[in-house]
Amino acid sequence: MTDDVAVRITGLKKSFGSLEVLKGIDATVGRGEVVCVIGPSGSGKSTLLRCVNLLEEPTGGKIVVDGTELTDPDVDIDAARVRIGMVFQGFNLFSHLNVLNNLTVAQRKVLKRSPREAQEVALRNLERVGLSEKVNAMPAELSGGQQQRVAIARALAMDPAVMLFDEPTSALDPELVGDVLGVMRELADEGMTMLVVTHEMQFAREVADRVLFMDGGYVVEEGPAAQVIGEPAHERTKSFLARVLDPTHQRPAS
Amino acid sequence: MALSKRQRAKVFRLAQYALLVVVIVVLALAADWTEVKRAFFNLDIAASMFPNVITTALKNTIVYTALGFAFGLVLGLVLALMKLSSVPPYRWIATIYIEFFRGIPALLVFIALGFGVPLAFGLQFDIYSTVMLSLGIVGAAYMAETIRAGIQAVPKGQIEAARSLGMSHGRTLATVVIPQAFRIILPPLTNELILLTKDSSLIYIIGLAREQYELTKFGRETLSRSPSLTPILVVGLCYLVITIPLGHLSRHLERRTGGRKIRTPESTGV
Ligand SMILES: Nc1ncnc2c1ncn2[C@@H]1O[C@H](COP(=O)(O)OP(=O)(O)OP(=O)(O)O)[C@@H](O)[C@H]1O
Ligand SMILES: [Mg+2]
Repeated sequence: MTDDVAVRITGLKKSFGSLEVLKGIDATVGRGEVVCVIGPSGSGKSTLLRCVNLLEEPTGGKIVVDGTELTDPDVDIDAARVRIGMVFQGFNLFSHLNVLNNLTVAQRKVLKRSPREAQEVALRNLERVGLSEKVNAMPAELSGGQQQRVAIARALAMDPAVMLFDEPTSALDPELVGDVLGVMRELADEGMTMLVVTHEMQFAREVADRVLFMDGGYVVEEGPAAQVIGEPAHERTKSFLARVLDPTHQRPAS
Repeated sequence: MALSKRQRAKVFRLAQYALLVVVIVVLALAADWTEVKRAFFNLDIAASMFPNVITTALKNTIVYTALGFAFGLVLGLVLALMKLSSVPPYRWIATIYIEFFRGIPALLVFIALGFGVPLAFGLQFDIYSTVMLSLGIVGAAYMAETIRAGIQAVPKGQIEAARSLGMSHGRTLATVVIPQAFRIILPPLTNELILLTKDSSLIYIIGLAREQYELTKFGRETLSRSPSLTPILVVGLCYLVITIPLGHLSRHLERRTGGRKIRTPESTGV
């Protein structure tokens, strides 16, 4: 029924103990759409993203990804997660496996692909992120930017319907950010469905179809990137963007 | 005249060297060297111990230790997983086991399996099973805490990455958590192996046939025929042949893993 929608979030709530972090989020990501989530630190962006693949258990609301309701208590969450690629701020490559095995282990053990097929898929995706020559390297031998690109390739090797990115470049040295954003830009151009938490306003403005601005556990404002970032309607969006786009900008005393 | 702190330290150090020289000279003059040689370095006795001290005793010590370590590792892993279980009774059972077997002498376990179980249940274990079970049961209690600490030291992000790729809890444990945990705890596990090597000497209590002798029993047996410390010295050196390289290995591994500190129980020892 909702075949054009990849992710549908309805009335999502999440509390940690008595701290309510998400207070009722409604959002959708259409197939092939790129949605960026921006907002101040602590506003619940990571929590939202982690709820979308159930790394955090929502306290209320409904999440449907690729036609499967994840909040159904009887859902096969492992099968559902295969369709959802996740890229973390801290890369999280398996430190005891080389690059090739990082890309093949879940293909073989979860998707039951043959070693040969898994390797072919792995090499194809490594090429996609421009790291074919690192196939036998250990994660510790790679730069942060290279690790993050391998992590993206690892997620892509599972043929996900949606890719989630949680501040994929904020742990990187500035000169390495461009490579990772370049890979993400190509993915977007290829039509991948993406939900991206980011502080890279330039990227959001150029790549996102839509931008959500979160603050205090709510989506305060959403719309086309040019509108939310270029001409924000809400006061809180304005002051956030002012701080992010011009870090030396002083907030008016309130 | 008042000496500075540095000068006093220098005088003190010189005094220590002087004392050492005096002690050595006195010992050298006083000692009856032929007597010392007879007691400690009797080459005839030492030679009579070869090759059996290697082909039987050292070999058996290694085999007994390896069996006990292998069984202890498996049991220790099971206990560690029980300790981390979300089902409270599993945690209780593991805690009771660990506290119990860390709290009693390993010798008691050897006696229980060597005599108690055969008498009580009419079960007769062969020598290999007895050592494997005894050393394993004791070793597992110590290794369980080390393994648990190792599992908990695996970064949470590794687990989240595995789960987000669709791996189940169990699959994540087997393919990511346990392999990484063992890398982390290789140094303390090596120390555990050293301690088990020494504990393997306790097997003497159940009575061994000649071809079952391990190093300590072999040393004692030689001693009973040859009144000299030489046999003890020889088997002692044989233990060092095992334990010193393992100790170096452990420290090397520790350096290689960046000396990542994890909380482990105080070392065992009987
Ligand atoms: N596992 C947890 N237990 C308790 N509180 C948590 C947990 N995870 C997040 N929080 C709290 O939830 C709030 C939102 O955190 P979240 O990480 O989602 O923010 P964020 O928008 O991603 O911030 P940032 O931009 O700094 O990454 C914070 O106050 C945080 O302390
Ligand atoms: Mg975050």
